[in-house]
Amino acid sequence: MTLLVAAASAGAAEDPSCYSRLTNEWFCWQYVVDRQDQLEAATVEHLQITVAAVLLGVLIAFPLALVARGVPRLETAILGTSTMLYTIPSLALFPLLVPFTGLSATTVVIGLALYALTILVRSMLEGLRAVPAEVRESASGLGYGPTRRLLRVELPLALPVLMAGLRVATVSTVALTTVGTIVSYGGLGNLISDGVLTNFRAELMTASVLCVVLAVLLDLVIVGTQWLLTPWTRGGVAAR
Amino acid sequence: MTVLSDAWAYLTTAANWTGEGGMLQLLVEQLLLTFTALGLAMLIGLPIALWLGHLGRGSLLAINVSNVGRAVPTFALLAILVVADWPGTREFGPYGRAGLATIIALTLFALPPIITNANVAVREVSPAARSAADGMGMTGWQKFRRVELPLSASLVLLGVRLALVQVWATATIAALVAGPGLGRVITDGFYRTNYGKGIAGAVVVAAVALVLEAAAALAQRVLDPVPDQGSSRSSKPRRGMSAVAPTVVAETDAVGP
Repeated sequence: MTLLVAAASAGAAEDPSCYSRLTNEWFCWQYVVDRQDQLEAATVEHLQITVAAVLLGVLIAFPLALVARGVPRLETAILGTSTMLYTIPSLALFPLLVPFTGLSATTVVIGLALYALTILVRSMLEGLRAVPAEVRESASGLGYGPTRRLLRVELPLALPVLMAGLRVATVSTVALTTVGTIVSYGGLGNLISDGVLTNFRAELMTASVLCVVLAVLLDLVIVGTQWLLTPWTRGGVAAR
Repeated sequence: MTVLSDAWAYLTTAANWTGEGGMLQLLVEQLLLTFTALGLAMLIGLPIALWLGHLGRGSLLAINVSNVGRAVPTFALLAILVVADWPGTREFGPYGRAGLATIIALTLFALPPIITNANVAVREVSPAARSAADGMGMTGWQKFRRVELPLSASLVLLGVRLALVQVWATATIAALVAGPGLGRVITDGFYRTNYGKGIAGAVVVAAVALVLEAAAALAQRVLDPVPDQGSSRSSKPRRGMSAVAPTVVAETDAVGP
């Protein structure tokens, strides 16, 4: 008798929860509260991998874009190779890196950086090309050397196109990070994977929603940075 | 580095290719999935995108579709479809376990590049060509069929080609949710710490991706009704008729591998 009561009260205690052996709801705040630590850890890992990958992508893409611009014959080779890499599915690219970097976050970061690279090199080339020739000539006429001209004149003018590329690269990197779960470093992707394995809807949905939220937030951060970095475009709009 | 020789051993063992669940069967399954989804996405996406482009509309649709397509992880959508009551993991004809869920996800992720490129392509047809068509007394349909479509074909085809690459990549990811296709060799290998097998699967998936992309590039060149335009584009990327802008849109709109 006591056993039955205990069982009943235990059942009652679990009742308000929307995830149990009996209920398996998609949206469940109780889950978010109970597993807050786990969710935070996964989100932080996701963010770290994404940011590291995009930064690495920028670091590699920038010199490549400059080389491609300076040596037209290399442009085709650089764009061709990066586009070829982009063709390889992420679930295949990560395993192909494993013999060199092992089952580590590095594998995911390098793989994602290679994808970001393709988008970034293209947008950097487009951005630099969009700088009017007259502007470049005026800068040279004012005594700007190639490096100073690049840093002070061309890059600022190319910034809107560069940032557009950065936004695309960042948002798609956030989404692709989930696939890193194949080597156990997928951030929120690990939770999605676990959600499928254990048929746990709340976990799966919460992680998916967090992914999209993360992508939108990072996108907003980039837009905000661009707004701060290009005061002249704001003035133009206000004057009009 | 022993994993590399393991992978080689796996690839060169005939038994791994043939028979039930062999790589050949999985390859055929994934190709079937890919082309079914691509066909469905073209049937759904092309008419809408082309018609809106003809009306000079759809820029908002094109931008939003590709933004959403980029931000939503393919893996998450596949996972949700598989865990849901419908479509779930049930077998679906020749498409294998979770076939229906996979086809739905693949079709959805093929739509953004197709819609965006087709819409931008038609909208960017030079106004001069349109006016000329109007001046010749062409009806709206004639103008669309005989002027806008041929002039925009190369970009429309590029969109389909990008969608193909996207669909192949997504079809591979289907294996992460125990779906059909070659990705299963990769996931099986990694989940059972048989890394050689996993890497062997990755090699096959990557190789087929490259072959598909090359074939699609070739098909694009053959099918383009205005080949002059195409060749001038490849030899001299910066050219009038704002071909550059849509190409950038197009390339960066591949939603991701």
